[in-house]
Amino acid sequence: MRDPAIEATGLTRRFGSTTALEEFDLTVPAGTVHGLLGPNGAGKTTAVRILTTLLRPDAGQARVAGHDVVREAVRVRTRIGLVGQQAAVDEQLSGRQNLEMFGRLHHLGASGARRRAGELLDRFGLAEAADRPAAKYSGGMRRRLDLAAGLLISPAVLFLDEPTTGLDPRARNEVWREIRSLVADGTTVLLTTQYLEEADQLADALTVVDRGRVIATGTPDELKGDDHLEVVVRDAASLDATAEVLARIGTGEPHLDRDRRLVSVPVGDRVTALTRAAQELTDVDDLALRRPTLDEAFLNLTERSAP
Amino acid sequence: MTAYALDSWTLTRRTLLQWRNQPAGLALGLFFPVMILLMFAYLFGGAMQVPGGGDYKEFLLPGIFVLTMAFGLESTFQAVSTDAGRGVTDRFRTMPISSAAVLTGRSVADMLYAAVGLIVLIACGLAVGWRWHDGPVNALLAVGLLLLLRYALLWFGIWLALAAGKPEMLMAVQILVWPLAFLSSVFTAPETMPGWLGAIAEWNPLSATASATRELFGNPGQDGHFWLAVGWPVLLLAVFMPLAVRRYRRLT
Repeated sequence: MRDPAIEATGLTRRFGSTTALEEFDLTVPAGTVHGLLGPNGAGKTTAVRILTTLLRPDAGQARVAGHDVVREAVRVRTRIGLVGQQAAVDEQLSGRQNLEMFGRLHHLGASGARRRAGELLDRFGLAEAADRPAAKYSGGMRRRLDLAAGLLISPAVLFLDEPTTGLDPRARNEVWREIRSLVADGTTVLLTTQYLEEADQLADALTVVDRGRVIATGTPDELKGDDHLEVVVRDAASLDATAEVLARIGTGEPHLDRDRRLVSVPVGDRVTALTRAAQELTDVDDLALRRPTLDEAFLNLTERSAP
Repeated sequence: MTAYALDSWTLTRRTLLQWRNQPAGLALGLFFPVMILLMFAYLFGGAMQVPGGGDYKEFLLPGIFVLTMAFGLESTFQAVSTDAGRGVTDRFRTMPISSAAVLTGRSVADMLYAAVGLIVLIACGLAVGWRWHDGPVNALLAVGLLLLLRYALLWFGIWLALAAGKPEMLMAVQILVWPLAFLSSVFTAPETMPGWLGAIAEWNPLSATASATRELFGNPGQDGHFWLAVGWPVLLLAVFMPLAVRRYRRLT
């Protein structure tokens, strides 16, 4: 088996008296997309900055693309791309000049950089605006230019720190499409995001951090947990009886919403649960199986970890 | 070519491209000291005393050269803090290029700008009647002292920008440069100031360069001390160059 693209153990980083990251572990197999989720200030960016050699950890180790991020920082830098929260481009230069400059700095040579810049401008739909100063670009265009700059060398590991923040849905879809095609070509992606839909769409596995600690890790499906069976009754008086039946059918505690006359319960096998509910319940207005969203799972997790 | 030289050139070229994209900004930056020169030469010049007598414009020009070198602090600060604020510096730092190349690229670009600025001002000086009187060698030495001062301020500027970290602080730097320039022998002779103020003005590093270049150009003014004009910038460099490099490497 190949070495993981990212392997971090026990990463800890303090800023003064605040601990931004504590005993942070992460393993990302090569060729996968890993989502790093967490509320603002949870430590996502600190983790990315350590993994991209911008910040030294106070404790712990990390290897990216096979190299230690502290001792072999220069080697790591030849294998990674970073697309940070801001569009890190020179606004006084045109899109093309920006990409050519970063390409030359990656030692593609003058003509190599020119060719690569041309390819990326086409691919990201910036060919028309290529020779305008980046200051005149829209937010979405600047983001795409930024992403293109992160892809000049087809990095082995690409770090995306909230890559679609502030983008409209169309621009976001374009960025997602690009990320998918990169992964199809073998790039490993570490993605931090606040949009759970984004994590759901792109990530093979997720790590949830809160206040500097990892609080959960797994695939999106694992984190979402079981499907929920939801029953709406006609008569509010039968809510409690319904809850009793669902407690027997489900795999967990039923949840009552009296205003909506709704009882829900997580269930194991969907067909069995549905059949039994149809047989055993007497007052049913509506019956549905629903997949919990990642948002619900996320809120649950972060609430549970709250002190 | 080594990677270091190549990367330094790429980053210098970046600034040249910025100038080509925004020639108006470049022209405005070069014109500003010319405007100051004209203001002091023709608006205030009549009321100025030159120690030991002589034409105020002859006294003024070396001062304006020094002032322009001091203004360079602002452009260095702006360029470095903008890159840091926008994440461009972070992008450089995640790329396989040495920090020395990033800082060299900045230095070469800023020194080029300083040299062009001096050429423009020397031409304007000649147009308003200023001359050098002690031969081309001394004149070139004077230009060398000016560029040395600029080089020292360049590293001070890089350090300041990385320490401040915010482009919004540019205003504060602009406000600082003016009193620093006025409290020196750039525009007026320290002898004409109250004693204690004159003493501060005399010890201002800008005064050291102003006096020494006046002497080398053969312009009127106080006696200069060549080695003081070398010593001050070298001292600034010795302090701020390592601080700036360390700050750049450790940037968080």
